[in-house]
Amino acid sequence: MSSTALSLPYSYKRTNRLFAIFARETRYEFVRAMRTKAFSLSVIGFPVMFYLLFGVMNRGEAVHGQIVAKYMLASYAAFGVVGASLFGIGVGLAGERSSGWLELKRASPMPPLAYLAAKCVSAMAFGLIIANILCLIGIFAAGVHISAFEYLAICAMSFIGGVPFACMGLLLAMLLPANSAPGIVNLIYLPMSYCSGLWMPFSLLPKWMQHAAPWLPTYHLAQLMLRLIGYAQPAEVVRHILALAGFAMLFLGCAWIAFARGEADA
Amino acid sequence: MNAVLEPMDLKSEEMQLPAKHAAASLHEVTKRYSNGVVALDRVSLQLRSGEIVALLGPNGAGKSTAVKLMMGLTAPTAGTARVFGGDPRFAGNRLRTGVMLQVGRAPEMLRVREHIEIMRGYYPRPLSFADIVRAAGLEGIEERMFGQLSGGQKQRVLFALALAGDPDLIFLDEPTVGLDIEARRRMWAEIRQLRSRGKTILLTTHYLEEADALADQIIVLNKGRVVCEGTPAEVRATAAAQQDSSERGNGQSLSTSVKLLSFQTKLSREQILNLAGVQGVDANGAVVIVTSTAPESTLRELLALDTDLHGLEVRSPALEDAFLTLTTK
Repeated sequence: MSSTALSLPYSYKRTNRLFAIFARETRYEFVRAMRTKAFSLSVIGFPVMFYLLFGVMNRGEAVHGQIVAKYMLASYAAFGVVGASLFGIGVGLAGERSSGWLELKRASPMPPLAYLAAKCVSAMAFGLIIANILCLIGIFAAGVHISAFEYLAICAMSFIGGVPFACMGLLLAMLLPANSAPGIVNLIYLPMSYCSGLWMPFSLLPKWMQHAAPWLPTYHLAQLMLRLIGYAQPAEVVRHILALAGFAMLFLGCAWIAFARGEADA
Repeated sequence: MNAVLEPMDLKSEEMQLPAKHAAASLHEVTKRYSNGVVALDRVSLQLRSGEIVALLGPNGAGKSTAVKLMMGLTAPTAGTARVFGGDPRFAGNRLRTGVMLQVGRAPEMLRVREHIEIMRGYYPRPLSFADIVRAAGLEGIEERMFGQLSGGQKQRVLFALALAGDPDLIFLDEPTVGLDIEARRRMWAEIRQLRSRGKTILLTTHYLEEADALADQIIVLNKGRVVCEGTPAEVRATAAAQQDSSERGNGQSLSTSVKLLSFQTKLSREQILNLAGVQGVDANGAVVIVTSTAPESTLRELLALDTDLHGLEVRSPALEDAFLTLTTK
């Protein structure tokens, strides 16, 4: 047997095994999150309930020519994926860190990236589920008209939009003690969502808040989401994408520093 | 004997290198935390392949730091930690190690089977699921959620996770804490079983009885330093010798045959203290307990002096006594 004949199947096998680890880790992370009713019901339930209260109740209303129920369909989809990421990763990982579970996983031969990717993809999947439920409610209960393209675009954005907030969740998990994590995450999540126009049309927010909003990552996700249905503030798409990418890098960098500090003192 | 192994041929530097057959080692390792606490102070230790090594020490001795360094969870401030010759901090070098840690809470909404499958998946040649279940005694609870298990069952699942990859080196941090006597004995049997299959095992434990029953080698840590290492018998002897020399305050020959003699007698305390080899006399009700470094001579004189002596027992000092001597200096 030649050396290439030996090495090729080996690296192929290795890649396969690595892929299998990622897939298994992700599947079980999602299954675990779904089975944890306290998590899955609240993370899916809150955006749905808010949409029913503020979107469906205001069906037919319009602000500055924008249909409120359609605006909120997009904004609560964003609210949903942000919540799934911040709670799923921020609170979930903070708990696993303090209980010692993360340490056990790190001491195993698990590729560290598989652990993070599984949590990230799981949160994104929750975003996708929430977007689908909201679209169904919007179409059938709030009389919202969206095209098939808009529907698919909202779902796609709800999936991909999870990435920067997964990074934010990672940072929060590194900084927050497990017992106070849920409270503090709420304290960040809810005001940040409000100030970014996720709960009511952005144009109804006080002017100073509108000026400050670009400093919030949720604002940029909201604007990208609203652009899909033609309701965004006038601005370059690229700006929002770059802003989200920048926030993601910043969160990831800070999370890495926090992790390295913790590791040195482990 | 191979000429290379002759001490004359070894440079001092080479002598300090971990031996080839060491599964894991710490070499001159110092670990200083950012708050200034020195958890380990130039510690060197080796886990010989195929042995059970017990790491003993009071809280804060540096046990868990030593284990964390070998598991690659943190880097030493100075010195090197090695596992099978590689840096344990790379996940790839952990393919031959398995770990059981004290975990406050594992993901509760995963089934026992799922936990094991996930861990098996990390290793290239894991044990079969059935073998893992049998070895850890999980028959019948494979489909339960982790959160529904009793404390002892959870402990056994964590043990199963350490075995899952069929690793050559296994770290067990307080493996039997919270187990009842029967479950503890069963796990001991499993740990011995692992050794008989050629595995190397490092365990930390608060139960000295456990170290005594299982370990081939005991390493006693105190205040970040190795104060003693050797077989359980050697550790007991070293401790006894230390107690001996500190009480006598001279360089008398260090005896390795310290025994505790207990009996009922009419002899006075002073009479007993004057017997050959007697180091100390304690009384427990009517029973007198004598520590002797020359038990045969002591007994000979004792029996000659008191023909009515009865209830005689001779035993080795417990590891616990040795441990206390070594760590409360």
